[in-house]
Amino acid sequence: MFISETYRKIASDGLWNNNIVFGQNLALCPLLAVTGTATNGLGMGLATLVVITASNGLISLTRHLIPGEIRIPIFVLLIAALVTLVDILMNAWAHELYKVLGLFIALIVTNCALLGRAEAFASKQPVKHALWDGLMMGAGFTLVLVALGAAREISASGTLFANASLLLGESFRFLEVTVIPDYKGFLLMALPPGGFIMLAFLIVGKRLIDQKLAQRKAQSILVNEAITE
Amino acid sequence: MRCDPATFQCLKEKIAVYREFLKNWLEPSNLEKLRPTLKFQTGILAGFALLASVLLGVTNCSTEGAIQQRLAEDLAKSLEEVVPAALHDNDMLQDTLTIPSADYNIGANKTTVYIAKKSGDVTAVCFKFTAPDGYSGAINMIAGIDRNGNILGVRVLSHKETPGLGDKIEAAKSDWISNFVGRSLDNLSAAQWAVKKDGGEFDQFAGATITPRKSVQAIYRSLQLFKAHQAQLINPVAGLSPDNE
Repeated sequence: MFISETYRKIASDGLWNNNIVFGQNLALCPLLAVTGTATNGLGMGLATLVVITASNGLISLTRHLIPGEIRIPIFVLLIAALVTLVDILMNAWAHELYKVLGLFIALIVTNCALLGRAEAFASKQPVKHALWDGLMMGAGFTLVLVALGAAREISASGTLFANASLLLGESFRFLEVTVIPDYKGFLLMALPPGGFIMLAFLIVGKRLIDQKLAQRKAQSILVNEAITE
Repeated sequence: MRCDPATFQCLKEKIAVYREFLKNWLEPSNLEKLRPTLKFQTGILAGFALLASVLLGVTNCSTEGAIQQRLAEDLAKSLEEVVPAALHDNDMLQDTLTIPSADYNIGANKTTVYIAKKSGDVTAVCFKFTAPDGYSGAINMIAGIDRNGNILGVRVLSHKETPGLGDKIEAAKSDWISNFVGRSLDNLSAAQWAVKKDGGEFDQFAGATITPRKSVQAIYRSLQLFKAHQAQLINPVAGLSPDNE
């Protein structure tokens, strides 16, 4: 066993059970704003993943220094400084990437999920756990963004991962597919209301799966009991 | 403690004392006692604020040059796209002229014109302009115009139009923008400088009329701006002296 129980719990929380969007219903503002296409969703997800991991680590590292009474201003200060730092450094040293991702970096400041994780997790846990939590929460967020972006993109314009080569480089051009050729387009899905509608479908889907799983578990327990009797 | 800087041992001892102090101070039990006190809270908030400002300040100062250079490279790249390299042998970024553009509704009150020269003669000019009234905000564009007023190329630099509909004005998404090459105020009448829906020469997009309509109108206005200053721009000797703004 390489991954202990704690790490597995953190991972399943971040990716599914307590997912930023599905579980906590946080970060809906950047979510709806950028998920017009799967590529944009991926960009936002990756940028958030990096910043949330760094902010979790930083806050966990300084958690003994931060008094409870003034923790929120300090968290906000640390997160804002971190986001600005990433923004400046990327603009200077990874300019091509910045031109594509720059839009998303600034949006992360409005992402309450970062503050949420700082408050609920990083300020009470050792650095290792906090970093892992940031990574998993970020990955879970990325998954939802890509899923929502893909669903909206296919229903709005019939394509998938359009312009992915701009974000990931020429070698990822194979990701760009036209799912429905000669599609007339469905404008509503590209606009924010379409995001709300599609998100509702995704959340319903998640609930249904959870229900199925719970039912199956209950059934198997019943069966086991019947056998032992 | 009296100390001769040359003696290494003494310095080492001093550092050890400080390290010991810091280590004891950072003990969770010590911090536990300090945390509720007002003095500590004020100090720690100020400390974090100071640290963040210093970090941001240092980063900003050390990357400012690099960022400026990147932006200049971006601009040079856009200039190359609308003014063919064969048309100039000068550095257009250094050869500029600023003209007033407040009357043309193209976003700025003053427009910096980049001048392309071949062996000293002006062959073309290039400037940025804006359609301030796009479907969802300003559409920033750049155009290259030859000395006779024919468009060499137009590119959209940034916009917030609807993805999948209005964004066909980008060269990466469709070749609509290339329809402007060779057009001028002379070979198209004022009525023809419009989208087909309005009786003009240029296609609109299915589901998006406002974006191309406003783009065409802004390009038309930018040509008018060029025409008003044509003499001064293509013959800098007669006009104002070039500046480096």
